[in-house]
Amino acid sequence: MKMTGAQMMCESLIREGVDVMFGIPGGAILPFYQTLPEFPALKHILVRHEQGATHAADGYSRASGRTGVAIGTSGPGSTNMITGIACAQTDSVPMVCITGQVARGAIGTDAFQETDIIGASMPVVKHSYQVMHAVDVPRVVREAFYLAKTGRPGPVLIDFPKDVQTEVGDFVWPEEPQFEVDYRPVLDANPADLKQAAQLIAQAQRPVILAGHGVIIANAFDEVQQLAEKTQTPVITTLLGVGGMVSDHPLNLGMPGMHGVAWASMAINEADLLIAIGMRFDDRVTGRLSAFAPGAKIIHVDIDPAEIGKNVRPTVGIAGDANRVLRQLSQYIAPATHPEWLAHLDRLKKEHPLFVPKGGEYVYQQEVVESLSKLTDGRAIIVTGVGQHQMWAAQLYRFKERGLFLSSGGQGTMGYEVPAAMGAAVARPDKTVWSLAGDGGFQMTMYELATCAENNIPVKFAIFNNNCLGMVRQWQTIFYKDSYVATLYTKNPDFVKLADAFGMPGIRVTKSDEIADAIKKANAHPGPVLVDFVVDPMENVYPMIPAGQSLAELIEDPRLKQRATAGQKAH
Amino acid sequence: MATGSTHTIVAIVHDRPGVLNRIATVIRRRGFNIASLSVGHSERPGLSRITFVVDGDELVADQVTKQLRKLVDVVRIADITGERLVGRELALVKVRAAPQNRAEIIQFVDIFRANIVDASVESLIIEVTGDEDKVTSLISLLQPFGISEVMRSGRLAMVRGMIAGGDSTNVARVMANGSGPTPLVEVDRSGG
Repeated sequence: MKMTGAQMMCESLIREGVDVMFGIPGGAILPFYQTLPEFPALKHILVRHEQGATHAADGYSRASGRTGVAIGTSGPGSTNMITGIACAQTDSVPMVCITGQVARGAIGTDAFQETDIIGASMPVVKHSYQVMHAVDVPRVVREAFYLAKTGRPGPVLIDFPKDVQTEVGDFVWPEEPQFEVDYRPVLDANPADLKQAAQLIAQAQRPVILAGHGVIIANAFDEVQQLAEKTQTPVITTLLGVGGMVSDHPLNLGMPGMHGVAWASMAINEADLLIAIGMRFDDRVTGRLSAFAPGAKIIHVDIDPAEIGKNVRPTVGIAGDANRVLRQLSQYIAPATHPEWLAHLDRLKKEHPLFVPKGGEYVYQQEVVESLSKLTDGRAIIVTGVGQHQMWAAQLYRFKERGLFLSSGGQGTMGYEVPAAMGAAVARPDKTVWSLAGDGGFQMTMYELATCAENNIPVKFAIFNNNCLGMVRQWQTIFYKDSYVATLYTKNPDFVKLADAFGMPGIRVTKSDEIADAIKKANAHPGPVLVDFVVDPMENVYPMIPAGQSLAELIEDPRLKQRATAGQKAH
Repeated sequence: MATGSTHTIVAIVHDRPGVLNRIATVIRRRGFNIASLSVGHSERPGLSRITFVVDGDELVADQVTKQLRKLVDVVRIADITGERLVGRELALVKVRAAPQNRAEIIQFVDIFRANIVDASVESLIIEVTGDEDKVTSLISLLQPFGISEVMRSGRLAMVRGMIAGGDSTNVARVMANGSGPTPLVEVDRSGG
């Protein structure tokens, strides 16, 4: 069947199951856009900036497990997508980005809006294509979606020159992606490794499971929980692993590391076995590597063989899909109990609790998260930005369902939250979606409020407004003797008026007793809504492990000590 | 990471635009130190063969191999350092050759089983093939005469053929025949 390259692209996207795309047109991608009316099954959401398109596609992916699609034009359109692509690459999120490109004959001439996006994006994509013939479009799309979703997922970019979009050719849909021998993710463990891993598990007296994003990506929730329950092994979740297990499961210890809960970091420190699943021993988790888990043997399961041995040398490394490997491993595992270890961890939990301040001059971010957790029954999709609010959300939101926590982990992309929440809400209309932002991150991508208002995408936008870049300010407080260089905003916009300008209701909260009411109102509102929580500018996130220190050098909230001393005096 | 040890890594890659760029990007981004890299056609059309010599220990070589294997255009890659292999380098050396020195230069060329591939009034171009030590030795012996240009190919490496009763793996065969991952290519899934 004869089609233009643009028609082939649309037809191929539909065959790949795409129902919605986030994008913004420009000259070099216009033939593709002008073809969209012929393909009504492809819904397009017009964003306000290409970075927003990529984060929206990312949020769509993470919330649904389907591959998100972002579209931009050539030149600046494509370079604006780099941040979102890098974010998805580091966090292993499947995404397909389509960029317009100048006509083939103009490539390399510094034509108007020509950027070498293949070159510019090369270090941050899983793979990329520049389609030079219309007849290649179906194969390229098929391969791109296959690559994005299989193995360790990631973003794939398709650069689409303008005259290839209009070129006519025969549409031939390849039934299977035509990879020769080059791309073959390792999925299954070999029995020898499984036996050795099972032996380590059987011998362990103080084991912990470290569950990362891979558990969520591989849909290995049940498998992790079964392993934990069968062997009575506590589970620690990395930032992106939050949501890998319901928060109140008795074996779920929560997040370790730089701003993780104290008992989780302590558990790693004292453990004699780490069972690391779908995580990559990021420095925010490990602290100083040479002092990490000093007494522990390590089993490392990851879909990416290059992660095994990259940061930490495991005793047993198993390259494979978390779900399949854990199913295979379960056949070798005998039930076990560790009552003393669990009792010890329980004591640590009681002795080193999180401090949640309440009833101050300002609203505290922690009480907002706690309230949000209660009033959404732990079942909202929580999309965070980066910084203090992100850490408090990870520490304090009690998830009653799994896979609902979306956050930019590896890249720490401020500005992720607003468009990613938009993508998540498009993917999951059945869910309440909250975007949690600091006032800094919010202002990086707040233009997508217009997209939400225009399309009635019902995201609840919470701003934790402390008039500063809170986490950076915290570092200045602790490491730079209160020298606040370039972190304090002296004139923020009026976010409630801004909400009004964008066409959605805005609520301001300045007192603790207003929190619940505002959240209830926002939850009840059928469309997008903004809540500006004016929060304490000087509140710090604890515990804290300074960068480059070991997990043992954890700093707890100083108020815990004061409270303990006061308690002793009272007796 | 300067341990002084080197590893020889051989890759079969698709001969497509941008492949070398992708490989170079991974090497630069991960901070690997490549002592030499040589690329050429393989025995199969559409596939090129690359020999890398990597400075660093086992762990570095392991990461180079694994990170490059993630590239979709890399069909096969293996660290063949531990194998019985043939490693050769080609060098062209242009050396000043005054009449009174010519005989001595020609003697060195003979000893090293090198060839004179160009002669002019002023200079000779010498072609030498061998392992890196041999090439380096000849170059240092020619140094006193005055070397004006040197071009070294970097190492080309190939695993030796099967010996009777032996279990040596013919990497060239298994790497190129597309018969799926082989033990050698899948070495060290444990990362240890």
